[in-house]
Amino acid sequence: MTDNSDPPGKPPKSGAGLEEARLRQQAIGVKLRHMFDEVVNEPVPDEFLDILRRADEKASGEGGS
Amino acid sequence: MSGTSSPPPKPPSADDDAFKRELVTLIPHLRAFARTLTGDPTAADDLAQDAMMKAWDARASYQMGTNMKAWTFMILRNQFYSEKRRSWRQSQLDQEAAERTLVAVDDPESPVALDELRLALATLPEEQREALILVGAGGFAYEEAAAICQCAVGTVKSRVSRARKALQATLEKGGYARDGRAAGDAMRSILAAADRLSSVRQG
Repeated sequence: MTDNSDPPGKPPKSGAGLEEARLRQQAIGVKLRHMFDEVVNEPVPDEFLDILRRADEKASGEGGS
Repeated sequence: MSGTSSPPPKPPSADDDAFKRELVTLIPHLRAFARTLTGDPTAADDLAQDAMMKAWDARASYQMGTNMKAWTFMILRNQFYSEKRRSWRQSQLDQEAAERTLVAVDDPESPVALDELRLALATLPEEQREALILVGAGGFAYEEAAAICQCAVGTVKSRVSRARKALQATLEKGGYARDGRAAGDAMRSILAAADRLSSVRQG
């Protein structure tokens, strides 16, 4: 039995291992935000504003009558 | 639904305008959150539109000055789960389709334009995925994410932590990316992509 093979799924708890794990988590975080921001930065389909405008007109109509 | 009790007459106007302006700025975020929940752009936009209208209809119950983003995200999430409960069979089929997609990646003929992170996310339990998205991508504090998911702050923390560990393990294992790709390729490509993205950001 040697110590240099870690059981699968269990990262070594050495300083270097922890640092490596931190870097990986950081990378996942950056990619995750990028994935989300990609959609946030897409132009909003006109449909959204059309629907909202119609609802708004309806609301003012009701309020006015 | 009409005639039982008419809603209190609402003075239209300045408040509505301010509400609407803020709601419009949130549409891109609602679309992004909906996309992560449904995984399908068309279904996501339907969901985001429904949530936007629900928020608009409920504007009288919103306190101006409080966190509208978290409030609309909560509406969207509730809408998603209530639709899902109604169509549980459909979601089961979606799950099967997702699994087939993961398997299909093994096909050497298929263009390897897969996004490893997206696929790895799809393997997470739903409540872990949404917690991680809200905190890790949506920029919400744990407390805000807890309000959105209507659960305890500690629950959100533990879901996020489990999600991060599971995601890393999946990416390192290369889980779905077997054929012709060494284990760990997925993680390596994430690391490389993250490097590119951070240098773009800093530049």
